[in-house]
Amino acid sequence: MAESEHHDHDHHHEELGFWRKYVFSTDHKVIGIQYAVTGMLFLFFGFCLMMLMRWQLAFPGEPVPLLGKLFPRGLPGGVMLPEFYNELGAMHGTIMVFMGIVPLAVGGFGNFVLPLQIGAPDMAFPRLNMMSYQSFLIGGLIMFGSFFLPEGAAQSGWTSYPPLADIAPSGQTAWLIGMVFLITSSLLGAINFLVTTIQLRADGLSFFRLPFFCWAQFVTSFLLLLAFPPLEAAAFMQLMDRVAGTSFFLPSGLVVSGQALEVSGGGSPILWQHLFWFLAHPEVYVLILPAFGIVAEIIANNTRKPLWGYKSMVYSLIVLGFLSFVVWAHHMFLTGMGTTMSAFFQTTTMMISIPSVIILTALILSLWGGSIRFTTPMLFALGFLPMFGIGGLTGLPLGLTAPDIHLHDTYYVIGHFHYVVAPGTIFALFAGIYYWYPKVTGRHMSEFWGKVHFWPSFVLMNLIFFPMLIQGMAGMSRRMYDGGATYAHNEGVLYLNKVISFAAWGLALAQIPFILNLFLSLRKPKTASANPWRATTIEWAAPSPPGHGNFTRPVAAYRGPYEYSVPGESEDFTPQFEPAKAPVAAH
Amino acid sequence: MATPTVVPIDKIIPHTVKPREDTGLNNVKIGIWLFLASEVMLFGGLFASYILLRVGADRWPRGEEYLSIPWATANTLILIASSVTMVMAWASCIRKDFGKYRLYMGLTVLGGLGFMIIKYIEYTSKFHHGYFPSTNTFLAVYFTLTGLHALHVLSGMIVNLYFWGPGAKMWHTEHERFTNRVETAGLFWHFVDLVWIFLFPILYLL
Ligand code: HEM
Ligand SMILES: [Cu+2]
Repeated sequence: MAESEHHDHDHHHEELGFWRKYVFSTDHKVIGIQYAVTGMLFLFFGFCLMMLMRWQLAFPGEPVPLLGKLFPRGLPGGVMLPEFYNELGAMHGTIMVFMGIVPLAVGGFGNFVLPLQIGAPDMAFPRLNMMSYQSFLIGGLIMFGSFFLPEGAAQSGWTSYPPLADIAPSGQTAWLIGMVFLITSSLLGAINFLVTTIQLRADGLSFFRLPFFCWAQFVTSFLLLLAFPPLEAAAFMQLMDRVAGTSFFLPSGLVVSGQALEVSGGGSPILWQHLFWFLAHPEVYVLILPAFGIVAEIIANNTRKPLWGYKSMVYSLIVLGFLSFVVWAHHMFLTGMGTTMSAFFQTTTMMISIPSVIILTALILSLWGGSIRFTTPMLFALGFLPMFGIGGLTGLPLGLTAPDIHLHDTYYVIGHFHYVVAPGTIFALFAGIYYWYPKVTGRHMSEFWGKVHFWPSFVLMNLIFFPMLIQGMAGMSRRMYDGGATYAHNEGVLYLNKVISFAAWGLALAQIPFILNLFLSLRKPKTASANPWRATTIEWAAPSPPGHGNFTRPVAAYRGPYEYSVPGESEDFTPQFEPAKAPVAAH
Repeated sequence: MATPTVVPIDKIIPHTVKPREDTGLNNVKIGIWLFLASEVMLFGGLFASYILLRVGADRWPRGEEYLSIPWATANTLILIASSVTMVMAWASCIRKDFGKYRLYMGLTVLGGLGFMIIKYIEYTSKFHHGYFPSTNTFLAVYFTLTGLHALHVLSGMIVNLYFWGPGAKMWHTEHERFTNRVETAGLFWHFVDLVWIFLFPILYLL
């Protein structure tokens, strides 16, 4: 917030010092920004880990240029050790999911936008909100710091499957402790979001007048609230296995490197998988629902039309939330579960695709007949649609046992879920950043550089992830240190490793316009009006940027969230927060 | 315009004390119920694991082979009694009888303390006999579940102790808000009690 504001001292109030204002703030907007900035830093870090992995996959065993000196432990003489590759992979996944996307999409966007959209002065529990961020930060720092442990960070994948994870080096313990902090953070955040949405809605803002973004955050919070605790339980048990010598996840008679393991045994590795996926399937909806929310707002705003089928979208969201708790074992078809079990989970998996398809279809149909403004946020939102479409459709074969036997644990899976989270969710997040930047800072980002950011990113994302689908169908396994070179059946698709890697490094370059745009725009004059996009939802009633307590006048909702191009109105948008001008004729 | 000055946030957030009309609840009440829902999932995950491990085991000891049923029965009674005194403490808030409130809240904390002491005796006697979490999966389940539960008892005690001592200042300044807080702490305490009512038969009797 600008220095100029220090002029208007009001001596009746206490003044906040630097620490209370920026570090230990309880203001949802500051916390939102803290979450978003930290999340983006972690996304960048996770991206860097991935770029290192891509070197090893494209040029297995060749020394990494320049970096050998920086990482003497993992890259002695520049050549990557297999254990280090595993660290990079496990931590890339963990960081991207738990410390990048979720903090940015839920912690960042949710915290900043949700209270504004419902016309609230802040979150219901501001201090809990602060603790949520702090807990996230501690968890994140533990994860980050684990790279500096003598044996390095966790190396058992983001899934941490035992028995390997149980007997892995100390980084895994740090991973578990870090997870407990991240889970605590999510729980505090989820409770806050739910109570805020239920209790602090402005007058007249009934549930079916909530913007779709709020609905998305609402359902997401329920998923976080109810799905994370079982993983927390599992993390405690794995911690006990590692620290107290229990055998929750270790079967009897386990032999490691030719030696019988001295444990009591009697545990079950599959139990971990159940507990893990009971969280992690809802977690993938945590990664995608906020993206739906952002894209819906931007599409309505830039087509100047109400969303097509708002109510069916909301019902789909709710159904999706419920169903996401009963599909988890589709990640475990190859564990030898019985046919009854697998039939059940195949059925629920096919069922859950229906609401996702409804939402995507509604978003696409919303474009029909609109006078589309191709702003940067809209480009990213439009880019999201086909990318999520590919990601979703490639998931169907994985939900059916017959094709999954072939595709399981191949690069096809990597391609599939990255289509959902990378060109999918990340594009939606970019869209949201461009869209709400004027509200957050009072300034506009450059439209031109936004487009320079979009087009190369769009092309490169596809150059990265489409070849992965091909490699996977050819049978190339994921998590291969040498990029699959040992197996003869991969021969025909190995050249794609180089294509993917160069595209991934190119994607990094393509982010430079974005990073510059993000920071340099902060130095522009504050010219953004309260409602620069001529939008209808309540956050645009607050000044840009909003002050403490958010609104300068009492706000209420007088109509639904997307009253664009209402016949008979003088403007093509009728904000939710403007009282009706003339008495509305009953129909 | 953001001003660097501040109104205490509790003053500008609606429904911190008084219920919202259409939901009929205040913020804290919904918050604690949601929190308890997540706790149900936490212990639910552990109970489910217990069932899976037990079903998959070749042999599963009966609780009495390792554990002391008399001590656990005593603990069950203590926790139930402390739940009762917790309700009385809350009722004293409503009746505005500060002396009684202090008494009942104090008894509730003491109940928690009694529970923890017995737990301590039980744990040390297990260790004495050479029974550790690593001994077998039954004891692993026992120590993990009761350990996590004991942590909950401890947190509940800390909260209650705070409302018994320094937190009670609010009794005089914002009585209604204080009553809400005691009620919330009570809901948590009853939940902790309830978890034990499940743990007792599952671990000791079955
Ligand atoms: C945008 C660029 C990204 C690229 C190029 C990329 C690339 C990769 C690669 C090459 C792998 C490892 C494959 C293997 O060795 O098996 C991987 C794994 C993974 N990525 Fe990404 N990724 C990106 C973004 C993301 C994002 C945004 C997320 C998160 C939500 C994510 C989540 C994961 C997960 C969960 C794994 C699995 C880790 C494991 O095997 O345990 N990635 N990614
Ligand atoms: Cu899934």
